[in-house]
Amino acid sequence: MKLIRVLMLLYPASFRNDYEEQLSEIFVINHRAASGWTSQASLYIEAIMDTVSNAIRVHWDILFQDVHYTLRTLRRTPGFTLTALAVAAIGIGATTAAFTVTDHVLLRPLPFLDSDRLVKLWEDQSPQGYEAMEPSPALYRDWKRFGTGFAGMVAYFTTAVNLVGAGEPERLEGAVVTADLLPLLGVRPAVGRIFASSDDTSGAPPTVILSESLWKRRFAGESGALGQTVNLDGNPYTIIGVLPANLTFPSPLTQFWIPARFGPADYQDRSDNYLNVIAKLRPGQSIEQARAEMRTVSAQLEHAYPKENLHVKSSVKAMRDDLSQKTRQLLIAVMAAALCVLLIACANLANLLLARALARRKELAVRTALGVGRERLVRQLLTESLILALAGGALGVLLAFAVLPLLSQLVPNGLPISKVPEIDLRVLTFAALVAIATGLAFGVLPSLRACGNLHFSGLREGSRGGVGGRKEHLRSALVMAEVAGSVVLLVSVGLLIRALWRVEAVNPGFRATGVLTLKTSLPQPKYNSSTRRAQFYNNVLDQVRTLPGVTGAAYSSFLPLAFGGGIWHVTVEGAPPDPVKARDTGLRVVTPGFFDTMGIALRQGRDLSELDHAETAPVAVVTESFIKKYWPGQNGLEHYFEIAGVKRRVVGIVADVKVRGLERTSEPQVYVSYRQMPDAALTFYAPKNLIVRSSAGASLVPAVRRIIAKTDPEQPVTEVRTMNEIVEADSASRAIQVRVLGAFAAIAILLAGIGLHGLLSFTVSTRAQEFGVRIALGAQRSNILGMVFRQGSVLAGVGLAVGVVLAYASGRTMSALLVGLDPADLPTFVFVVSLCLAMTLAGCLLPAIKAVRLDPTQVMRGE
Amino acid sequence: MLPLPEATLHILLAVADDDRHGYAIIQDVAARTNGELKLSAGTLYRSIARMMEQGLIVETRTRPAPEDADERRRYYRITPFGRTVARAEVERLAHLLKLARASGFVPGRA
Repeated sequence: MKLIRVLMLLYPASFRNDYEEQLSEIFVINHRAASGWTSQASLYIEAIMDTVSNAIRVHWDILFQDVHYTLRTLRRTPGFTLTALAVAAIGIGATTAAFTVTDHVLLRPLPFLDSDRLVKLWEDQSPQGYEAMEPSPALYRDWKRFGTGFAGMVAYFTTAVNLVGAGEPERLEGAVVTADLLPLLGVRPAVGRIFASSDDTSGAPPTVILSESLWKRRFAGESGALGQTVNLDGNPYTIIGVLPANLTFPSPLTQFWIPARFGPADYQDRSDNYLNVIAKLRPGQSIEQARAEMRTVSAQLEHAYPKENLHVKSSVKAMRDDLSQKTRQLLIAVMAAALCVLLIACANLANLLLARALARRKELAVRTALGVGRERLVRQLLTESLILALAGGALGVLLAFAVLPLLSQLVPNGLPISKVPEIDLRVLTFAALVAIATGLAFGVLPSLRACGNLHFSGLREGSRGGVGGRKEHLRSALVMAEVAGSVVLLVSVGLLIRALWRVEAVNPGFRATGVLTLKTSLPQPKYNSSTRRAQFYNNVLDQVRTLPGVTGAAYSSFLPLAFGGGIWHVTVEGAPPDPVKARDTGLRVVTPGFFDTMGIALRQGRDLSELDHAETAPVAVVTESFIKKYWPGQNGLEHYFEIAGVKRRVVGIVADVKVRGLERTSEPQVYVSYRQMPDAALTFYAPKNLIVRSSAGASLVPAVRRIIAKTDPEQPVTEVRTMNEIVEADSASRAIQVRVLGAFAAIAILLAGIGLHGLLSFTVSTRAQEFGVRIALGAQRSNILGMVFRQGSVLAGVGLAVGVVLAYASGRTMSALLVGLDPADLPTFVFVVSLCLAMTLAGCLLPAIKAVRLDPTQVMRGE
Repeated sequence: MLPLPEATLHILLAVADDDRHGYAIIQDVAARTNGELKLSAGTLYRSIARMMEQGLIVETRTRPAPEDADERRRYYRITPFGRTVARAEVERLAHLLKLARASGFVPGRA
């Protein structure tokens, strides 16, 4: 009998209540008839099968009825239905959209073989403030030799070349990879083959693998492309394969892969840091074990090369976590805000349903009187809220699709993931779970409340079921929670907007307005000699300077904010060599006039000039922080120092420039003249960014392009941008985040206002009779008005107080995003509090007007 | 509503003449079909629940068998609507049988 009682639990409660006794009785009769243990056993088996199959069908029948009933009742109240759907869609849509991006960037496994075992190895020079530096080829070689505890270790670096041939010359981004890299990531070619170990031995014929998009664009996707040669930076490469379209390594911009070939020369300079190293853990090897392994390796290396590898440590990071703290925090903030919106939406929906359930008490009481059990009603109301949530969720997913283009701007560049996240089965499953959780969250309380103490009181004519008392307490609490949630969101957005303003107000060290930039990367070996390059620069610059409106033009290695550049050792005459302290200087090669064109202030001395050339003594212009570091308190001019193997004299001092981003302190810079660059050395630093200051703006572009095409028809032009765009891009992720959170906060305060309005309207209409009597008895209308506003103020006030405390706490957790702004920033809080008061006023207004306009005679006649 | 599930039609036939309680319906159906169809308890009450919802049968408070001392037993009675539906279903089946005969499908022969 115990078994039967357990089996009965499979049936819906309503069915069980009706038929449990009868079902058990039949089982008892059959049990009595069954003799012998075999027939008894088969009776039990039959009972189990019978119950399971029938319970499923009974559930299904009830679901079917409830869905039908729900759709009918929802159609009868379109206003309620549309409001509920919209609120659910906003809550679930916001959450789904935020999850799509957060999951894409932070959670989802990378699209590679055994991606959970992939780690990145970095050179750790913490004493200098660089915890994750790219190692040099020499260090990579040593790591690989000593670090035998890994399942594999590979390296790559990114590159860019000019593709010349049929059609426009084109600038392509690519990656130089060791031959074992693609197999380690589990990459298979779409066409042809990937690299074999024969490809990365020096002297082997140069080979290249194309991305599918490049293959389709330049070779029409024909397999005949295999074996053909392409001209990259003037060198012929044989195409051996094409990688599938979904491969995004090392970033979605990568269009080709060539094998890395390290010769003896590459292993010479241990400060030539440019490699990315990926290792694969052995199965079962933890990241901590990998760190221990690398500590041993570093110790061995320090022992083997006491001079070069002094203080050189390593750090190990999961490849999945290879992104900046700021990116992570931005996304977590967006996700948290979305959840906040969802909670507010739930509170709002619960309130809507509570009001509706109270209005429907008569209907529910009738059904109870007709013998429908309480469980059955609760279940039916829950089905109703789940249907609303699921339909709202479906709309929410559409909403998420719509806002995805905006949100995907939060996906950082340079990660091995696609730029635009996909809404796939994983996201849809998440959305469905959120919808179900939402449906339960906003449905359970109202349906339990609605079905409590029904009996026949609900049938009484004119009954005002549930006015006052506990039910209104619950609704008040929900409204307060909505207000509190929206205050948290508003304050967070306010703080982030202030932080954004701060970042935007940072002086980058140059005047961005009026500067147009574009990139012409001169290929090697065509432009190996600095004379050849000088011809190109002067040709272009001379002609550009004659264009109308142009007040200055120059070339530079890199653009500030757009590219950081390498870090160099500096040796200062007379000072003892300190390898730790000295490695902290950026190097940029520029043409004379660069500082004027960029609007970088010259503090002392002179600009570089055409008179500084290969035949004269090497000179340099340095930044103020460079002087502060090496000759503190002294006049920095005329000092000597050595960088990149050349001893130079300081002839000018310029203002510091935020080369690495507005939000961080950048290293000192050394600027040297393009004429004082040795042939075939430092080619990476050869000037490639053309900078034009003019009053003409972007209208100059066609003319500049013509000048470049005339100078070298094979030279592609890329990255045409204004300096203002580059500055904006530096804080773009912040700006996007603020827009997203701002939208969330606006929705939140709107929902809170609607919630307040709804509750007050409800109170006014349920107390209409009371108000009517009061007015008839001579109460002033201002008293009535005061009562409505008092209730509204209490609701908003409590919500505001709780919200302010929570907002301060949440502000503290995201202090990393606030660039030094106090989380208790007064202007933000004052603004939010006044906004909240305005919302309260707006929410009270209509109910108050309604209360004041009550006509006592009419109200009392209505009863 | 047509075609009726097989169990539904059998239950309607079982209560067509007399009000019966659940176990009696099972026995009646078994006897009528020479033991070929033994309704399980789950199928019986699932069908009864739905048939009551559809208005094919009702529970009756009068106790047709006074010797039945068990107070808990519930008796079911066919409604006029239930009769109409049962008749329509039988007509449907008869028509189907006629069509099958005309096409040469005669019961007992292949």
